[in-house]
Amino acid sequence: MTAELAKATNFGVAFRELIEVEKNADLRSLREKAFAYFEATGFPTPRQEDWKYTNVAPVVSDQWSVVSGTSNGDNTEVLKAFNFDRNGFTALNLAFADIKVLRIAKETSLAEPIEFTFEGEDGKARFPHIVVIAEAGSKATIVETYASNTKSFTNAAIQIIVEDNANVTHYRVQKDSPDAFSYGVTEVTLGRGSSYNSTNVNIGGGLSRHDIEVKFTAEGGEAWVDGLYMLGGAQHHDTHSIIDHTVPNCVSHQTYKGVLNDKSRAVFNGKVFVRENAHGTDAQQSNKNLLLSNDARVDTKPQLEIFNDDVKCAHGATVGQLEEEELFYLLTRGLPESLARNLLTYGFVEQIINKIEIDAIKSELDAAVLNRLNVKLEV
Amino acid sequence: MLLEVKDLHAGIEGKEILKGLNLQVNKGEVHAIMGPNGSGKSTLSKVLAGHPSYEVISGGVLFEGKDLLELEPDERAREGVFMAFQYPVEVPGVSNSQFLRLAYNEKAKHHGQEELDPLEFNDYLKEKAKIVEMDPQFFKRSVNEGFSGGEKKRNEILQMAVLEPKLAILDETDSGLDIDALRIVAEGVNKLRSSENAIILVTHYQRLLNYIQPDFVHVLANGKIVKEGGKELALELEEKGYDWVKAAGK
Repeated sequence: MTAELAKATNFGVAFRELIEVEKNADLRSLREKAFAYFEATGFPTPRQEDWKYTNVAPVVSDQWSVVSGTSNGDNTEVLKAFNFDRNGFTALNLAFADIKVLRIAKETSLAEPIEFTFEGEDGKARFPHIVVIAEAGSKATIVETYASNTKSFTNAAIQIIVEDNANVTHYRVQKDSPDAFSYGVTEVTLGRGSSYNSTNVNIGGGLSRHDIEVKFTAEGGEAWVDGLYMLGGAQHHDTHSIIDHTVPNCVSHQTYKGVLNDKSRAVFNGKVFVRENAHGTDAQQSNKNLLLSNDARVDTKPQLEIFNDDVKCAHGATVGQLEEEELFYLLTRGLPESLARNLLTYGFVEQIINKIEIDAIKSELDAAVLNRLNVKLEV
Repeated sequence: MLLEVKDLHAGIEGKEILKGLNLQVNKGEVHAIMGPNGSGKSTLSKVLAGHPSYEVISGGVLFEGKDLLELEPDERAREGVFMAFQYPVEVPGVSNSQFLRLAYNEKAKHHGQEELDPLEFNDYLKEKAKIVEMDPQFFKRSVNEGFSGGEKKRNEILQMAVLEPKLAILDETDSGLDIDALRIVAEGVNKLRSSENAIILVTHYQRLLNYIQPDFVHVLANGKIVKEGGKELALELEEKGYDWVKAAGK
């Protein structure tokens, strides 16, 4: 408690400086509420069920200097809908939020992807907060990249409002250096007949956590909430996902894949809620993990909570090694065992990387994966 | 002699399936191994290719006079043993041409031959693809991913063409093929047949042998070869079924 208190005090100094210069009264009040929440609860601890396997104490107790956010005026309405009381991180994010708002006008299709890239600074904590409003009938691709090459603390949030008949494709790539610490939350709401297709790649960071919550608010929505974590060394990654079918006739797909080497550790917790009213729901969820080392560990918990009979749902999780038959096939073609194993591991993750329709990002991730597996594939 | 199987006893999970199998194969020969389900055909293929789940209980296998059973599956492949799978495996994310070049170069390296760069290999692959009438579009696609049954089997023969094995074991290559695919696969095998290699066709049905004429037919029942003869034996089996050989194997 004393460490946390000290921490809170440290953030407190930075917060008082920020709040004095915050000109937007609505935002000032939001920031104050969020900071009060943080002061009351502190950072999450493994005593909380949702944080059982992820202990952030060692990283949050480090001395971080705060890079306070700036606001660009309007849009406190969407910020008000942000669930800052999800945990201490989300509260702290809103308190210091460095806000960027992207509004995609009605019936507009953006030809180029919108990219947000965050590099870290040594010893500094930063709080990016992106708001995307895809107005009715619009179409856009968003790329959110975390690429710190130093010991930094990123506490990020993105809120995406997909209005009626809009289509949003979202790539989130976290490839921080192994001494960086990353928390991120993604909050998405889908309007009538809209679609949201996300691919979340976590290959970096020493300790990283991503919370994603996708909520259908009107009929006919469809969402893909997919991801990949590929870890080695002492890396730890935790994804907590919620897909919330609150209304009828929506479709959700979820495939998360994990590859764990060395002493790395991963947590996947995926909840799919099908509420009482949500008849005609179709929800598929899968989490597959490949353990490449005896010392690696994954805790996976896919959960379906269904309160309606008229639904089509399936979920499952696997943790295992490479299939012996697949390995044998490659060996009979004369490939040495290590190369055969690495090619199959590459194949395992490709299903996720292949979803990425931006060549530059896809080939960079391919290269990162192949490099990690020590495979040279030339075309 | 290219391959000599001597009194081979082998099985899986403690169960003996091959119970004293003898087989001699010379270069330039095509052998058909036929037999009812459960006779041990598939076990023989897998033992020769080195599948880790199968264990050799006794007996031996010499390949070019050397102990084949001492070698790992990948070493066997680089020495020139190839097995076409009944159910080829999909390798997503790795294109056919990348995969084949890796395999080709591993073998070339092993034999002290020059490795091919992607451009050189592409030319080589294009020539080989003609053997199984395969569209170069398939080079870019992931290995076997989304291929039809016939395309997968053609791809197996393409791999054989690229790797130029001394001994090719085709395990139920005819299964699940329609007549056109069967013709293409069989013609491919016929083109690859030479005085420098040998082929073992493992098959339940005589159908494939209408297209690929074997020099020898061996009938396997209950883990042993119970009858041997020329290609006419296959026709006899087609006519009489396997019941009479099953009795012989007991």
